[in-house]
Amino acid sequence: MKTFRILAVSLAGLAFAGLAHAAGGAKHPHAPEGGWPFEGVTGQYDKASVQRGYQVYKQVCASCHSMKLLSYRNLGEEGGPFYDPAYPNPNDNPFVKALAAENEIVSPVPNDVGEFDLRPATPADRFRSPFPNDAAARAANGGALPPDLSVITKARVGGASYIYSLLTGYPDFALYEDRITEENGETVYTTVIDMAKFEKLGEYMPHHGPAYLIQPTGQYYNPYMAGDTKPNYLGDPRHAPPGGFLAMGPQLTDGRVEYTDGTEATIDQMAIDVSQFLTWAGDPKLQARKEVGLATMVYLGILTILLWFSYKRIWRKVEH
Amino acid sequence: MTAETTHPTTETVDDDRRNFIHIATGAVALGGAGMFAWAAVDQWSPAADTKAASSLDVDVSKVPMGGEIRVLIGGKPFFIRHRTEAEISAAETVNLAALPDPETDADRLRAKADGTFNKTILVTSGACTHLGCVPVGPSQGNTGDFGGWYCPCHGSHYDTSGRIRKGPAPSNLPVPDYRWVSDSVVNISL
Amino acid sequence: MSGHESTYTPNSAFERWLDKRLPIIRFANDTAISFPTPKNLNYWYVFGGILAVCLAIQIITGVILAMHYEASVDGAFASVERIMRDVPFGWLLRYIHANGASMFFLAVYIHMFRGLYYGSYKAPREVLWILGCIIYLLMMATAFLGYMLPWGQMSYHGANVITGLFGAIPLVGESLQTWILGGPSIGNQTLQRFFSLHYLLPFMIAAVVILHIWALHVPGNNNPTGVEVQDVEKDTVPFHPYYTVKDGFAIAVFLIMFAVFVFYAPTVLGHADNYVEANPLVTPSHIVPEWYMLPFYAILRAITFDLGPIDAKLLGVIFMFAAIAILFVVPWLDTSKVKSMRYRPVARQFFLGFVVVCVLLGWCGAANPDDPVIPALQGEASLVVSYTDAAGAAASSTYRGGDEAFTAAEAFIATLPVTANASLEAVPAPAFAFRHLSLILTFMYFGYFVLLFFLGLSEKTKPLPESIHKSVLKAHKPKTGTAVPAE
Repeated sequence: MKTFRILAVSLAGLAFAGLAHAAGGAKHPHAPEGGWPFEGVTGQYDKASVQRGYQVYKQVCASCHSMKLLSYRNLGEEGGPFYDPAYPNPNDNPFVKALAAENEIVSPVPNDVGEFDLRPATPADRFRSPFPNDAAARAANGGALPPDLSVITKARVGGASYIYSLLTGYPDFALYEDRITEENGETVYTTVIDMAKFEKLGEYMPHHGPAYLIQPTGQYYNPYMAGDTKPNYLGDPRHAPPGGFLAMGPQLTDGRVEYTDGTEATIDQMAIDVSQFLTWAGDPKLQARKEVGLATMVYLGILTILLWFSYKRIWRKVEH
Repeated sequence: MTAETTHPTTETVDDDRRNFIHIATGAVALGGAGMFAWAAVDQWSPAADTKAASSLDVDVSKVPMGGEIRVLIGGKPFFIRHRTEAEISAAETVNLAALPDPETDADRLRAKADGTFNKTILVTSGACTHLGCVPVGPSQGNTGDFGGWYCPCHGSHYDTSGRIRKGPAPSNLPVPDYRWVSDSVVNISL
Repeated sequence: MSGHESTYTPNSAFERWLDKRLPIIRFANDTAISFPTPKNLNYWYVFGGILAVCLAIQIITGVILAMHYEASVDGAFASVERIMRDVPFGWLLRYIHANGASMFFLAVYIHMFRGLYYGSYKAPREVLWILGCIIYLLMMATAFLGYMLPWGQMSYHGANVITGLFGAIPLVGESLQTWILGGPSIGNQTLQRFFSLHYLLPFMIAAVVILHIWALHVPGNNNPTGVEVQDVEKDTVPFHPYYTVKDGFAIAVFLIMFAVFVFYAPTVLGHADNYVEANPLVTPSHIVPEWYMLPFYAILRAITFDLGPIDAKLLGVIFMFAAIAILFVVPWLDTSKVKSMRYRPVARQFFLGFVVVCVLLGWCGAANPDDPVIPALQGEASLVVSYTDAAGAAASSTYRGGDEAFTAAEAFIATLPVTANASLEAVPAPAFAFRHLSLILTFMYFGYFVLLFFLGLSEKTKPLPESIHKSVLKAHKPKTGTAVPAE
């Protein structure tokens, strides 16, 4: 029976490990140095970081990406970045009201003559969407639809680490080279990246000579993006770099955002902050979940111990 | 199992049942079930988005003189009435002692930010205090015996201050929690 | 409902009055209190109780979620997120429900393997076993229907694949599929009917569970020895309090594991793609069902060959359903008179192998069928230059080796004229891929049941204990005899 048990347990473990089977040829996302504060049994969001992340979203991401599942009131709800215990109802929180009012939205209800006015948002309103619909979003972005970011960290394997890795994973601008070639009498401009100089690739970096990757027009290479680089790689196709191409170019540059709390806005800092903000947006009940979780575990622990003694007592006279 | 089988003795069990550990275990298990039941009950409470939809800014300058507009806030009806001079004086000159639910007209108005009153605008709940029907008013051409509202369900008559004057309704139309945002906009919240 | 003689004596005047009119207290007493249960049941026998708890949890949380869920293609995804964000305790109830499905299946698989190991399907418990198989089938249907409701990418495209299986049925397949979907593809009407059925089926499961317990209480429990109860006094203990407390303890331990998932890893058992709203135009790169369906999914994909007039797609479907259907006839496939594998040393080894096969099938189901099982064993890919030769025919040239192969291939391309339209691609070295492993495991899966048939005819078994009571004493003889540790 013992072998049976050991076997069963180890197989169950193997089954779960099998689920984690890697999906694509992209580089595995990694957390920033020091990890994420919200990980672990008691980990919570770093409120200041989530606040800064909102600023990055507002000033950088929001021009293309919607967050349709969020309302401004969410920012002031318990567990949210601008929660103030003095205002249990976030609709009354003047700071949240001010944040909402910075955004002009199309009123969801018609005015007296049936038209939809533009008005400053209230905490009850949904986050302002940059485009009225998907078609408009595609048209403005070269045919690519910027995904809604409401639950993006749950919708991508790797979550916050994926967002962080993607945002910081682009090759430096210095690595891009412009090539001008003649094809059938026409001048063709292409952008190539020398992978042999792209140190962020780590173990995947070609270890000899120049190895060029052609970047398709309107697309940007990122080693963390799911995809296939083989057709665009001029080197040995067996060692094509990991990752793929996406329509979003590198967005973060040092100092792109001026943080209101005075934190230095490095690329890394902004990527950490916005990743944490997006994680909060996708999982706003994390704080409550871990609090209820801890209480539940303590409770179940006590119950289990009591049941064990009850069980031992009841069975003490029975040979079994 | 066949019919000849009998049951093992339960004597050894009986003294156990009174054992403290079993009582403690049962109590803790029940407590846990109760906690879970609380989550299962509380999920019926208003959700956060429902709560957020419980206030509205209304532009009262659009209400025609002598008329009213009706708004829904969180699904509940409210009346905003633009009263004529005659209606205001009718509301102010009533004999309080004769009212079923005595309240002066001034009690039923809210001051603006500068402390003054706009007597022409009356804001009340739109649900009859009897059984919750929505009374008819100037927009339906029937203002009842006292020039305010008339509830067709069971015949309650309200005056131009929304006070009950005749019929089964026990109290005046309640004045909601509202405040003047500007000279022409009131914010009504539940 | 129970086969043993009632031991209930009404104590009060009211109980006597009620007992003559509706003997419900007697019924409860006889089924859940005094029911004689073998005293040697081990911890593998606690999963029945755990499953009852799982079903109750799923029904309670499910009924609650249905109060907030909106079954429409425009509103489903947002309403689920509203539950997670705005409904008080909505996140808790939904995470319990979503992870509860996995816990339910985990428990049912252990319960089924336990039944297979101890021969609980054998006479006189064949009907009990078949009812269990029906419950399992209903569970799979319910889980599949429920997985569609969040209206994520995996919901939509997973449902697309599974309903597509019906299209493989000859003659009627296509009309059947259209009828199931209520249109040419999955739409609002499909979501609504799936929601309705997802709400209905758990109550049908509950009904079959009642039959399952009834069928259990006629012959009574099997036990690890497989020897039937001979002397109720010596061999059994009343269900309450002996097994209520033991099951209760096991349930509490199970709930701890359940809670770890709900509170600390609520999304690990799900799939990231299901947090992307369904988009019929974009299929996720790698469609996989929930983990509990993976072994059957592996069998479905393992069949890539036609058999006579039956094409591979239909054959896969047949094999997949056969993998479940074969469970229904296990009582007649297993010819051994001995129930418990404790006394069947050879069969026992094969049973353990069968468990491994099932788990490995699950692993295959999660993997890309073309991926090598052990990447380290796969040789280096070769480089193939495809071009058009001087005669205008397609030609190719293969280069093997490390970097020098690439240099050679490049050099060769340089010698070709532009009109040759040369292209270079990497062709992976042949490897033992998951599709191969799946096929082998599929035959091993079915082979186990065939083996049970022949093994039972010839196998040499160990001597059975005379009775449950004696087996218990014997098991504890080498020990001091006073302390009785739990099995």
